[in-house]
Amino acid sequence: MHLLEPRAEPSRTLQWAAPPLAILLMLLAGSLLFLVLGRNPVEAFRVFFIQPLESGYGWSELLLKAGPLILIAEGLAIGFRARIYNIGAEGQLIFGAICAGGVAIYAQGHEGHWTLPAMVLAGALGGLFWGAIPALLKTHFNAEETLTTLMLTYVANFLLSWLVHIPWRDPQGMNFPQSVMFSDAELFTPLFEGSRLNTSIGLAVVAVVVFQVLVRRSFLAYRLEVGGQAPTAARYAGFSQRATIWVSLCVSGMMAGLAGVGEVAGPIGQLNLNLSPGYGYAAIIVAYLGRLHPLGIVLSGLLMALLYLGGEAAQMTLQLPAAITGLFQGMLLFFLLGTDAFIDNRLRLPRRNA
Amino acid sequence: MIDHLTPVLVGTLGAATPLVLAGLGELITERSGVMNLGVEGMMLIGAIAGFATGVGTDGNMTLGLLAGAGAGVLAASLFAVLALSLAANQAACGLALTIFGVGLSAFIGQSYVSHSLPGLQPYDVPGLSSIPFIGPVLFHQDPVVYLAFGLYVLVAWVLARTRLGLLLRAVGESPEAAHAIGYPVLLIRWCATLTGGAFAGLAGAYLSTVYTPLWVQNMTAGRGWISVALVVFATWKPTRLLLGACLFGGVTILQFQAQGLGLDVPVELLASLPYMATILVLVLISRDRSLLLLNLPASLGRPFLPGR
Repeated sequence: MHLLEPRAEPSRTLQWAAPPLAILLMLLAGSLLFLVLGRNPVEAFRVFFIQPLESGYGWSELLLKAGPLILIAEGLAIGFRARIYNIGAEGQLIFGAICAGGVAIYAQGHEGHWTLPAMVLAGALGGLFWGAIPALLKTHFNAEETLTTLMLTYVANFLLSWLVHIPWRDPQGMNFPQSVMFSDAELFTPLFEGSRLNTSIGLAVVAVVVFQVLVRRSFLAYRLEVGGQAPTAARYAGFSQRATIWVSLCVSGMMAGLAGVGEVAGPIGQLNLNLSPGYGYAAIIVAYLGRLHPLGIVLSGLLMALLYLGGEAAQMTLQLPAAITGLFQGMLLFFLLGTDAFIDNRLRLPRRNA
Repeated sequence: MIDHLTPVLVGTLGAATPLVLAGLGELITERSGVMNLGVEGMMLIGAIAGFATGVGTDGNMTLGLLAGAGAGVLAASLFAVLALSLAANQAACGLALTIFGVGLSAFIGQSYVSHSLPGLQPYDVPGLSSIPFIGPVLFHQDPVVYLAFGLYVLVAWVLARTRLGLLLRAVGESPEAAHAIGYPVLLIRWCATLTGGAFAGLAGAYLSTVYTPLWVQNMTAGRGWISVALVVFATWKPTRLLLGACLFGGVTILQFQAQGLGLDVPVELLASLPYMATILVLVLISRDRSLLLLNLPASLGRPFLPGR
């Protein structure tokens, strides 16, 4: 029953080798799955992982999807380092999108150069606010942030649903639950002709740089990390547990809010009920797969974006449900946690009695 | 008013049943010191397994419910391999199980979207169901509701009165001590986790085969997470869990009966009430740290690896 025994020293090799190993295991399990579903695994593999990247358009779509994943995961990683588990980034994304969308809807008719920056600001603040609620509940009432952040995701979803059904519904929208389309001044500019990739990718680039500097160079990040891993030591050193909670949840909420702006002021261009294909949840995997490291997250974000594209391609070419993406996401996290277990432990082999 | 109140109360027990089942399962698991946040995922896997079996057997509900429980056990064993045998972070493993369950159930469920099942007819308890008011509320329910309340009695009795319950609690309080006197800590935790999986799977299958007998993606709608919160709210005690689940069942059913009760508020507001109520009860119970610490299984969430 006990498969493991502790290593004397954590394995440095595995620390870095675990994510590629997990990806390899996921690919193997995926091939098995394709085989079980009666598809040629080699062909399915090509459709899922190669075909989406055979065109320039494919690459632009990859970046389009990687953008929000990287934004959210960078924020989440700050909290995860401090052992603050914000799993409601999806809700913070939605609330940020609602705030940005609200600005866009009320600005219609008087848009100008100020509109898009105002939307970005509103989205960031909205996400921050939605993250601050669980921070308040945790610091003042000791309520578990895992559960409160998740419950608030459902609340944000219902709020969005009410808004697009009643007060913000497009009067010319054939009764569909959606807002008016945003005007050009309220949208990020496309980077290339005929592509959906837009200037919001700049937000992700800036975020990566900022978080890299923050994590590598700042005392704040160090305090957060100590606060998470050794609360008693942190208290002795005068680092505040409360500050850790506030910073973790507000920063990750703000980043998710920014991702929400990127979606409504980007490929979606309005408020509707399909703002995110689960980016907030997928970003949790992105953060762990990227070893909570700002640059590692870029790589894992690109991989996760490829899983989304692969799912869409599998639906079109192989007639498999696009939900296969979620299946791959879950397997990936399972395998990552499994391989991670061998960083601090090794397999227990039957030993001869001395 | 009482005419409108009766359907609310009748519906309450049905709406509470999945919460009672999943909550009891998680309570058993947590009492052994294991925190499985994958309840939502196990429920979804149980829901689609139960539904697919029901459709495949031309509406055999018993097989459907059993298949749901079995699928829940399989799902829980994925968690157990990682979180127990490999001693990985329990919170992360539970989250992985939920993400996996959402994906797997949506993947399989795609081809079951247009099907429906006959559901289960309410069973009148002879003699008791004709009592005015109380009869229809308590004794005119489908068999799974009675089963859930029977399981509550069983779990409460086992935990409080039997050697097995004592063993379970001992492992949850101090795995080191239990290990030292020779109890198989990991085996007991495995069993508790798989039992939790069976309960969650059954809860999911109840939703998809009886409560709303059709498949909708993500149909558990957070009930797994609410169950986890209910266990905290119940301070790990079965009776409080039962009361909490009934309370939440009532809140859930409110949105369907609002018109009859003359409530003129947006349906989304009513629909979000259970989630806001979850936050509220968490706040109310968690603010008293000593109360939580007094009842919390002392080793909850901590992996056990002998020799570490």
